[in-house]
Amino acid sequence: MKRAVFKNRRLPYLLVLPQLAVTLAFFFWPAFESLRLSFFRTSPFGDKRLFIGLDNFRKLVVDPDYYRSILNSFVFASGVTALALGTGLFVAALATQKVRGLAMYRAAVLWPYGIAPPVAGIIFLFIFHPSYGVLPYWLSFVTAYEFNWLLKGWVAMALVVVATAWTHVGYNIAFFLAGLLAIPASVLEAASVDGAGPVRRFRSIVFPLLSPITFYLLVVNMIFAFFGAFGVIHAVTQGGPGRATEIMVFKAYKDGFIGLNLGSSAAQSVVLMVVVIVLTALQFRFVEKRVTY
Amino acid sequence: MKRSASIVGVLTAAVLLAAPAPAAAKTEIHFWHAMGGQLGEATNELVRQFNQSQAEYEVKALNKGTYPEVLTAAIAAYRQKNPPHIVQVFDVGTQTMLLSGAVYPIFQLTREQEIAIDWNDFIKPVTGYYSKDGNLYSMPFNSSSPILYVNRDAFQKAGLPDRPPATWREVGEASKKILAAGAAKCGFTTSWPSWTMLENTFPWHDQPFATNANGYTGLDTTLLINGEFGVKHIGQLAAWQKEGVFSYGGRMGQPDPKFINGDCAMLVQSSAVIGGFKKSLKFEWGTGQLPHWGPPYRKQNTVVGGATLWVMKGQKASDYPGVARFMKFLAEPHQQMWWHVTTGYLPITHSAIKNLETGHHFKKNPEQWTALSQLTAKPTPNSLGHRLGNFVQIREAIEGELENIFAGTKTAKQGLDDAVAKGNEILKEFAASNRP
Repeated sequence: MKRAVFKNRRLPYLLVLPQLAVTLAFFFWPAFESLRLSFFRTSPFGDKRLFIGLDNFRKLVVDPDYYRSILNSFVFASGVTALALGTGLFVAALATQKVRGLAMYRAAVLWPYGIAPPVAGIIFLFIFHPSYGVLPYWLSFVTAYEFNWLLKGWVAMALVVVATAWTHVGYNIAFFLAGLLAIPASVLEAASVDGAGPVRRFRSIVFPLLSPITFYLLVVNMIFAFFGAFGVIHAVTQGGPGRATEIMVFKAYKDGFIGLNLGSSAAQSVVLMVVVIVLTALQFRFVEKRVTY
Repeated sequence: MKRSASIVGVLTAAVLLAAPAPAAAKTEIHFWHAMGGQLGEATNELVRQFNQSQAEYEVKALNKGTYPEVLTAAIAAYRQKNPPHIVQVFDVGTQTMLLSGAVYPIFQLTREQEIAIDWNDFIKPVTGYYSKDGNLYSMPFNSSSPILYVNRDAFQKAGLPDRPPATWREVGEASKKILAAGAAKCGFTTSWPSWTMLENTFPWHDQPFATNANGYTGLDTTLLINGEFGVKHIGQLAAWQKEGVFSYGGRMGQPDPKFINGDCAMLVQSSAVIGGFKKSLKFEWGTGQLPHWGPPYRKQNTVVGGATLWVMKGQKASDYPGVARFMKFLAEPHQQMWWHVTTGYLPITHSAIKNLETGHHFKKNPEQWTALSQLTAKPTPNSLGHRLGNFVQIREAIEGELENIFAGTKTAKQGLDDAVAKGNEILKEFAASNRP
């Protein structure tokens, strides 16, 4: 194998410099600022600032609402990931069937990804709102149970999970579709000849061959659900009822930007960073072992 | 070297030539607000009128989003040393602004700029909320108070007399009749649950909301909403929620559709939605005062909600005369009346109210009088307003617990106890971060 070697010793550094600069300016610097801010108690206007060491963290540790938000985050992230991956794979598999107008279907299943989460939230709000939503109205003919997510925490959680998964499923479909199309037809045909049914073919051939993509999507979906999935909750439940849908990132936003408690918000961001780093590391350590590249 | 110098020279000349002649350069005054839709248009119209009324200053109004977003944006701008001259801050942000050290108090501004505004002309519940040691700190702009909206068609269908219930007992009885007659699916609902059912219901019954005269006299304040009165009132709402008399509909204005589409026969909501309701309601409706429990509780006054205009420090000294003139313009009876009639916010000067009375405005529009009629009593320490730090977070905590109570997962006492515990924690945090 031939290795490319730069003759100029400075050039390689120069070439990675832009990437390095971007990473430093947009990732490390803000992360460092959060870390610094988490050790202070700051008045909203920044005129009074007091070093309080780990006090912000100490308060979080004894705050039952914070544990609630951690639990919510895990429930929410697992729900969104499972639903978005499951539906994504299912729809992608359907989109490999030979039907007329296939290209159109394939384009259409990607659409939801183009919708901004807050907009998706508003759409779901209109469909599901207990006062003016269409679905509760129809459901009232079927069952006497009131799916009032303004008061019932689990309904609210289910709603934001479904809405968030819906916004993200298009992304997963795109990757799964690419993965499915890359599986050589000859392998599948050979399996058919050997008498393997569709289920067996999927389990023994398709799924293992898809595993690198599934693994990548698992990590990306988890991180998205922990960090990025914010718009839907912001637009629909605002963390309520009670604190049933208050996930960690929403609590950090609310305490910082609405409550103007910057120290606590920064401390929560630091915890969130650690959680995501640990999660990603765990996934690479344990799940990746079962991935066949 | 020589060539680049000449390029610079050419560029400079081009820039100089291209720059417009500063013949009548008006001093710009930046005004950030949270008024959207129809309210935003009304705000722009006021600004336009001011800009046309004189030649020296140009007020630039900019909508920066919701109330919390405007406040956050102003804080960020202040920290970057380029704040807007004027920022609209909602009632619950008052304590944060007062203690920020970033504001130029309105009483001081008008005094130093020698602009005379007769503060005694403003009604007391409004100035009281935004004053410290008897001095007004921000300019009252949009003020409202919660009232009861009634679907008169539903009342008629249920065979009820054509007048709004005055007491909570009557609200309960009327609701039951309405449910029995099938005139609506629920008796009543409320928007802004904490604001209507606690923050206003307490002063309305002359009950203390928090210690230190609701926070006016000190920072070591604690909440008092879990006492006998609070438990009785919220407990009744929770019981009514089970019977369908009351139907919880969410926070902020989210429950409004329940009233608009006829599901609920009554709604407790800010007087500021009158303008919108006039256009959108498809049934006969009326308004009544916020319901009261009657004796042994005294009928006091409700408090104002809405927002005021704060003048920020940190801009050029030569800009502030213009800011003061804009404030004076807003305080004039003509603008006050126009603002009230256009938006439904309260007229808040005695002279504007008197002028409106002379024109029989309130006779023709009785719904516009309802909220004002709740504000006529001389405020007591329990009813002057609320001066709580981090009030937004406290409201959050309260509304979260109210949801637990209405869902039946906590009793009224438990829920209010937990709300008080959380609220006190937040107040302690605020006091600690604002200790000089």
